[in-house]
Amino acid sequence: MKKIFSLFSLLVLLIIDFAAFAQTQRFPRPEFESGYTQPVTSMPEPRAGIFALVDVLLLIAALSLITWFIHKKRSRTGVVITSLFSIVYFGFLREGCVCSVGSVQNVVLALFNPGYHIPLSALAFFVIPLVYTLFFGRTFCAGVCPLGAVQDVFLLRPISLKKWLQKVLGLIPWIYLGLAILYAATGTDFIICRYDPFVGIFRFNATFFMFAIGAAFLLISVFIARPYCRFLCPYGVILNLVSRVSKNHLSITPASCIQCKLCENSCPLDAINKPVEVKQMEDKRSATRRFILLGMIIPALMIIGGWVVSNFHENLAMVNSKVRLANELLHFNSNTMKESLEIEGFRTSGKTKEELYLESAAILKQFYYGSWMLGAFIGLVFGLSLAGLTRYRYREDYEADKGECVSCARCLKYCPVESN
Amino acid sequence: MKKDRREFINTCFRFAAGASIVGVAGVLASKSAKGDFFWQLDPTKCTQCGRCATSCVVTPSAVKCIHVYDMCGYCDLCGGYFRPNVKNLSTGAENMLCPTGAIKRTYVEDPYFKYEIIDELCIGCGKCVKGCGAFGNGSLQLQISHDLCVNCNECAIARDCPSDAFKRVPLEEAYQFAGFKTNKKI
Ligand code: SF4
Ligand code: SF4
Ligand code: SF4
Ligand code: SF4
Ligand code: SF4
Repeated sequence: MKKIFSLFSLLVLLIIDFAAFAQTQRFPRPEFESGYTQPVTSMPEPRAGIFALVDVLLLIAALSLITWFIHKKRSRTGVVITSLFSIVYFGFLREGCVCSVGSVQNVVLALFNPGYHIPLSALAFFVIPLVYTLFFGRTFCAGVCPLGAVQDVFLLRPISLKKWLQKVLGLIPWIYLGLAILYAATGTDFIICRYDPFVGIFRFNATFFMFAIGAAFLLISVFIARPYCRFLCPYGVILNLVSRVSKNHLSITPASCIQCKLCENSCPLDAINKPVEVKQMEDKRSATRRFILLGMIIPALMIIGGWVVSNFHENLAMVNSKVRLANELLHFNSNTMKESLEIEGFRTSGKTKEELYLESAAILKQFYYGSWMLGAFIGLVFGLSLAGLTRYRYREDYEADKGECVSCARCLKYCPVESN
Repeated sequence: MKKDRREFINTCFRFAAGASIVGVAGVLASKSAKGDFFWQLDPTKCTQCGRCATSCVVTPSAVKCIHVYDMCGYCDLCGGYFRPNVKNLSTGAENMLCPTGAIKRTYVEDPYFKYEIIDELCIGCGKCVKGCGAFGNGSLQLQISHDLCVNCNECAIARDCPSDAFKRVPLEEAYQFAGFKTNKKI
């Protein structure tokens, strides 16, 4: 009996095997007699890499040009002209991809994922603006970045925001940067690309939702200078940091400041620092006390931040498609629910549920550690901006804030001093 | 005095920033010399859900049906060309599976027919791919047509694909077919 059974199962196996074979070759390729020649299977080559090279060369050219306009010619018109070029070329023609803002994610993915290496053009778009910023301030933001440029040309009726509101909103880019790094490092998603408000407009193919957001940003840009740059852009905060230590940042006056106050309100970004008189400086004792206090507050903020965010690591991980699928499968009941496309895809992939659950558990773990780091990072940023608020800095002249200033060159014409 | 010190600290930070930019760039660039990555659609994973037609950032989609002629049986009753249960095997639009009429059927010799995809019309919906896979040899397969694809930083279809069929690959692997190994180098 047993023998018969095993023989039978062998037969069944054979038939199944045969069926599987026949599946791929149900209808064997015919032998043609009429001398038919078969067309070649089309495999068109990718667009030539020359485009990427042109992009990088134009980026360098535009950066050099705008830097020359700002530093040597001190000309706002020049900045506007370069902005228009960037909007047309980097925006509409190259469809806003790849841009420096998004390249942050390629860099992070390449650093964390050994199997991926960053395209040289994306690397160039990440590094070149940083190098220019290190030498000349954020001239990239002034009019080469298509996102910044498109907001800037819409700025017609600038109003200034309350200082505290600017400070609070100014924390968002840091959180956004942290999230973008978390999602890129785990190979989950490129959120900066996904939620780029202007790329849909550059491509004329935005979904209604994204178009509405992009249009809203442009509408706000009419009154509030560069809302995306100041309160969202994750690359902007990196440029901000680099620009603070830049070698030759733009100076409002061509020679030396005479404290005439004419430029005081000329900056639409409120990036002009007023002089701080000596008598406002604090004495040594209170400075030490402040220092010690901050030394305790910042680590505390980091730990609290890490703890709070790590509590949400499962929610953060839900963006990951594998985790989402595992979760869906866990709650899937074939009797009452209709199979989603995702579950159908999983079923045909031949992967077992256990494999998927293991993978998703590994990703969850990455998110757990990642969210601790994200939280600590946010805590650190909060702490340091608190420290920045309490710090007095002696300053004689009206100066552009090297971090916040985007070198738009609007303030330059307000200065009555002649260059010598 | 105060100003000098500040200037000095600034210079230190500037060199630190410069060094880290150069360092990161150097590390990444040494790896990048191997060439760029391209998006690739793995037809062994694809379930022809139809999202390839709608999610791509270029319109019509950069994903096209590609005919692997070496696998084709040149059937009269093509599962990719005809709707299931057609009454007569003619080229009438009511018989066609393809919503845009992108498949051209030509008679070769009895009883064989050749099926060609007209790239300009194909929207990458995968209906024919599903039909050919179900009733035929599976010689119709979806692939990214790299002359049309703009190689987005993050492929918009990859995000939406329910079967996790998209990945970044080096140029040599930019085309991959299920059940057929191509020896053409691109
Ligand atoms: S802040 Fe960001 S979006 Fe604005 S100009 Fe600079 S890089 Fe572009
Ligand atoms: S150049 Fe800088 S400081 Fe002057 S107006 Fe523009 S952003 Fe403000
Ligand atoms: S989205 Fe994925 S499953 Fe759907 S047709 Fe495209 S490759 Fe196939
Ligand atoms: S059925 Fe869809 S995938 Fe096939 S040729 Fe027509 S449009 Fe292209
Ligand atoms: S990379 Fe972009 S253009 Fe290419 S298939 Fe994906 S979405 Fe379409």
